[in-house]
Amino acid sequence: MRREDRRAAGAAAGLAYPTVMLGTLFAIPLGIMVVISFFRKIEGGFYEPVLTLDNYARFFTAFFAQNLVFSLWVSALAASIAVAFGFPFAYLLTRLARRWQVPILVLLLCVLSLSEVIVGFSWSVLLSRTAGLSNVLVWLGLLEDPEAWSPSLAAVLCGLVYLAFPYTVLVLYPPLARLDREIVEAARTLGAAPATTFATVVVPMLRPAIVAAAVLVFVFTLGAYLTPQILGRPQHWTLSVLITDQAVYQANLPFAAAMAIFLAVVGLGLVAAVLVLARKRGNAA
Amino acid sequence: MTPAHGVSLLGVTKRFGAVTAVADVDLELPAGKLVSFLGPSGCGKTTLLRIVAGLETPTAGQVRIGGEDVTGVPTHRRGVGMVFQSLALFPHLSVGENIAYGLRIRGVDAAARRRRAAELLDLVRLPGVADRHVSQLSGGQRQRVAIARALALEPRVFLLDEPLSALDAKLREDMQVELRLLQQRLGITTVIVTHDQREAMTMSDLVVVMGHGTVQQAGPPLAIYRSPVNAFVAGFIGSTNLVPGRPTGPQQVAALGGTFRVPGLPPNIDGAVTLSVRPEDVVLHPGGAGGENRVAGVVTFVRDVGASVETYVACAEATIVSVATPKDRDAVHAGDTVTVELPAAACVALPA
Repeated sequence: MRREDRRAAGAAAGLAYPTVMLGTLFAIPLGIMVVISFFRKIEGGFYEPVLTLDNYARFFTAFFAQNLVFSLWVSALAASIAVAFGFPFAYLLTRLARRWQVPILVLLLCVLSLSEVIVGFSWSVLLSRTAGLSNVLVWLGLLEDPEAWSPSLAAVLCGLVYLAFPYTVLVLYPPLARLDREIVEAARTLGAAPATTFATVVVPMLRPAIVAAAVLVFVFTLGAYLTPQILGRPQHWTLSVLITDQAVYQANLPFAAAMAIFLAVVGLGLVAAVLVLARKRGNAA
Repeated sequence: MTPAHGVSLLGVTKRFGAVTAVADVDLELPAGKLVSFLGPSGCGKTTLLRIVAGLETPTAGQVRIGGEDVTGVPTHRRGVGMVFQSLALFPHLSVGENIAYGLRIRGVDAAARRRRAAELLDLVRLPGVADRHVSQLSGGQRQRVAIARALALEPRVFLLDEPLSALDAKLREDMQVELRLLQQRLGITTVIVTHDQREAMTMSDLVVVMGHGTVQQAGPPLAIYRSPVNAFVAGFIGSTNLVPGRPTGPQQVAALGGTFRVPGLPPNIDGAVTLSVRPEDVVLHPGGAGGENRVAGVVTFVRDVGASVETYVACAEATIVSVATPKDRDAVHAGDTVTVELPAAACVALPA
């Protein structure tokens, strides 16, 4: 009896640490934000503690609703592109000799250390009319005159995918490295060419990892607020840009908080739906 | 039953960097027979199997299946079925889908695939599990699924890489018998890689003993057991007594402080030979009765395993092991002085 008590006390202590950490670093700030989202903005001032639903009501206008859909769409597109490039890349990486794999992984980690601003401006130079890649195409004779490719939606996607690519590869690398090579070889002996093996064995086997990587990139790009401003036109500004604008430049913290919470709820809802759907398909297969 | 195809390996060599895994192997694997590649780990047997499957490209040499040169043909067009050591079943597919995977790649319709999967499950005596998940099967059942999958496309050659090593002893023996019966029924040319000499002996038409990347000896199991060409083969196939000796005349070898008549001693051999005598051929006579091919020794250890008794006898230069059934021989005990007879017919002379 005594020993059981002591063990229960130990377990409680073990739980206490993560609970306190989560509480102070996550739940309390989130709670403050939820509360602020119901406060009222004072014109020319900060906000007053009067409960109101105005902030949420304001959100349900065509402008913000469209922007929400656009933001989700851009993030979904960026996630799809990042996984579409990242998965074959990670697969081929695991098939390389060990001495090549490590430098490439280190290089990817280096990319992570670059700031979003630097990456954004680099892409804007690369895609510009005066100094960009289109000049190379002109030089090669593929293009008549240099063109400006930025700002544009494609430029925003380039920037977002570039930022998300290392995460995609780093999430996909461990499960791909653990993949039993004999399974791939078994498919080969059963008449599947390498590309067929990849499509019918490697991809379906790693569906959970692919879903995880896509969800990560989706959530990650949903929060990006610099890249759309640097590489996009105002119509390409995502909800995160508008939140920053409200919070920092309009000093409307209650409305910014309401938008942020709405974005988080919708984003998490979509992620949960994807995970449930993926599990269902996983069981059916 | 499809007509069987033989496999020929001509001067096959495989080097990984500075390491030579397989060195200049010439081998004929007869059509419709079961051949085992037997050897210790690192002897090159798995590499040789993978070369037949096309999973490794030989550094030099040629692979032929049914007379056709397939050296440059990729695995997926080679028409081989393979059972892998890890079994390598697809975890995202059901049992039936695993077996029918090759048919699906070929574009066979779903109904025909289901029929064929059921047929193959009957063949491996595992009916009615097509819709189960692979993780719901036991080790032995997965083994059968892997065999069924490898046979689904009616391959020209059936290859198995240590297929039974993960099973427990009892199940392994059952599967050996079953696999052999299945192979004989289908008449398919089959290669099994194994390090278990008992498995190789009991299952195969032809045993290929490999060591250090080369074929040490190839032949029917009993021929290899009775006439090993060197000490490596003699030691690897069954246990044996290896006795250093010196030829003293025609069919005469001096060893263990005595003289032995060895009918198989090659003429014109000088220097040294090694005599190989199987433990079950060694005869122990209690007390000291002299005679042909006999020397004296002292019993050092007796190991009674029930069905047989192993007796260790220290002779002049070596310890001789004798194996006998308990009712065959008089009981001896540690410390007894005995006479050891190595019958002339059982003495095999090997290069020293």
